[in-house]
Amino acid sequence: MLNINDLHARVEDTAILHGLNLEVKPGEVHAIMGPNGAGKSTLGNVLSGRPGYEVTGGTVTYKGQNLLELEAEERARAGIFLAFQYPVEIPGVSNMEFLKASVDAIRSARGEEAMSSMDFIKLAREKCKAVDLPADFLKRGVNEGFSGGEKKRNELLQMMLLEPSLCILDETDSGLDIDALQVVARGVNELRSPDRGIIVVTHYQRLLDYIVPDYVHVLAKGRIVKSGGRELALELEKHGYSWIDEEVA
Amino acid sequence: MSDPMQAEQAHHGLQAQSDWGWLKDWRASAWSQFAATPWPTRKTEAWKYTPLKSMLGTEWSLSEQPGSATGTVFADWDRTVITLVDGKVTDHGALPEGVSVQLLSKATAEQRARFEQRLAKTLAGDQLFTTFNQALLAEAVWIEVAPETVLEKPLHINQVLSPNANGRAVPVRVMLDLGSRSQMTLVETFASESDGPVFINPVTEIDVGDSAKLTHYHLLLETGDVRHLGSLQAVLRAHSQMNSFHMALGGVLKRKDIVVRHCGSGAHLQLNGVYLPKGKEHVDYHTTLEHEVPHGTSNEVFRGIIGDDAKAVFNGRIHIHKDAQKTLAELSNKNLLTSHRAEINTKPELEIYADDVKCAHGATVAQLDKGSLFYFLSRGISRQEAEVMMSFGFINELLEALDDDPVKRLLRPLLASLFAKEDDLAGHLL
Repeated sequence: MLNINDLHARVEDTAILHGLNLEVKPGEVHAIMGPNGAGKSTLGNVLSGRPGYEVTGGTVTYKGQNLLELEAEERARAGIFLAFQYPVEIPGVSNMEFLKASVDAIRSARGEEAMSSMDFIKLAREKCKAVDLPADFLKRGVNEGFSGGEKKRNELLQMMLLEPSLCILDETDSGLDIDALQVVARGVNELRSPDRGIIVVTHYQRLLDYIVPDYVHVLAKGRIVKSGGRELALELEKHGYSWIDEEVA
Repeated sequence: MSDPMQAEQAHHGLQAQSDWGWLKDWRASAWSQFAATPWPTRKTEAWKYTPLKSMLGTEWSLSEQPGSATGTVFADWDRTVITLVDGKVTDHGALPEGVSVQLLSKATAEQRARFEQRLAKTLAGDQLFTTFNQALLAEAVWIEVAPETVLEKPLHINQVLSPNANGRAVPVRVMLDLGSRSQMTLVETFASESDGPVFINPVTEIDVGDSAKLTHYHLLLETGDVRHLGSLQAVLRAHSQMNSFHMALGGVLKRKDIVVRHCGSGAHLQLNGVYLPKGKEHVDYHTTLEHEVPHGTSNEVFRGIIGDDAKAVFNGRIHIHKDAQKTLAELSNKNLLTSHRAEINTKPELEIYADDVKCAHGATVAQLDKGSLFYFLSRGISRQEAEVMMSFGFINELLEALDDDPVKRLLRPLLASLFAKEDDLAGHLL
């Protein structure tokens, strides 16, 4: 599904990724862990096409096409979803309007019919319940005045409604208490399916107690320096990231 | 005497038709004042960024009869309506209990005496086009609401310019005296079906009585070759509340001078407005809050989206008089420029002579936020639709602050469609 080969990228004048390789197949959950500044967030931003992130080398193939040639909105329509580390507040645009516009755009790209407003409202309310967000959040401005946890749950709500093929969760666990973390994890686990790939980017092992990954990769200094199974996360938890640094050195 | 707008003949013609000596004197004094005022140039502070060139070159005349207009803008909703076409009252629905309306053009001898007292109180001040309105005034609609009247339905003053209004100056005055402890909604709309050039020159005067509550809309919906130069003057009595919402779509030239005076203590003013010029349009709001007494509160928020080659001017003055202790006054003006050629001149002016007050102001000019735009794109929404939704959101924040009433529900689709060059781009906002 996703093939990243020798990816180099920079933000403004700073090179961040230095030859990153990663392959994600449908049905797999990959955790990307690493210390601050390793390039974890850059990876998500590059894959989703955020302006300002410049790819300077390597290739990214998604479902057989060159991902890097696609505009951000085309990537979303092709099934890539980035759950933001810092979701944006958009006062004056209601969550419902935003969600409907998004779902309509993605369904239309898939060649599906637009949902009726009634059906959509029903579905959105249902998914709100699944992420433990009161339904009146649909009427509020997008993320406007939401707490950190509410914003992350709203990201998850979007993800559930859009049903992407490849989900990238960018430090979705940061700033969450244990209850909110469990809600988010439950939502992500519900989305696990044989035809969907999931990349969980996190600093801490904690989230991986609830979203059990198939693979764990350690990202340091812009490259994946170690890959393994779930046990690698536990090892990181025990020893911190410094032993990786030593090993890389 | 100078008469750059070539309106002297219209003034004399109007005077010749009337047998009302007092009114003629009142108009004549305004004409003298208008004619003695130097025509504004770039060096005239109040008109620095709003050239009046487009007012010249037309010999402005007054219309004798109203033309015919369809009046479809803002038409279909439950309200009490008074319609004026080309400045003449053409439709005057049944009035609810507690409300009386008098027309200057039809005043009886007894009403004339009362009109004289009421008009004498008005505050032309140094506003050029309020003076012009007085000099050429043929019609005034005077609404009085008895104390302790609560009106369920909004009162709608629907002003329409017909195709016959081409080349006309249309001065109209609306006066509302809201009795103490009364509550109502006044909706003023201005629309044009004229190809222009046409010059509408409205003055609205509002007196909000002790502990009365007024929700007010002043919506300049004209587009095309229309010049709208007018003013709103409001007086707030003790413990009254006024929530006044303004909107200006484009048109060749729009200038509104708004003056609100806190004359009784403990009054609250919410003054919000949006202006949305595009093409080569020009919109100018000059607002002044006069805090003359203690314990008044004012909150003023104006937002503009300026596109293409359009220009906007916002001048927000807050004047806190020496005795107006414990005043709280806030002013915010935010502008979004959606083109490189669009222009905004924004200026807050604070004049504070009391020492125990809280007063804050801020003005910003920005482009659509790139981070927000990426959020839309990352959800598959097209750039064009994202820009429409973000622009709408910027303005809609002020609509959301309004009480839930029918006007808000009418405004929403109007605004949504405005930002979208193609209808489907506004589809998710309707």
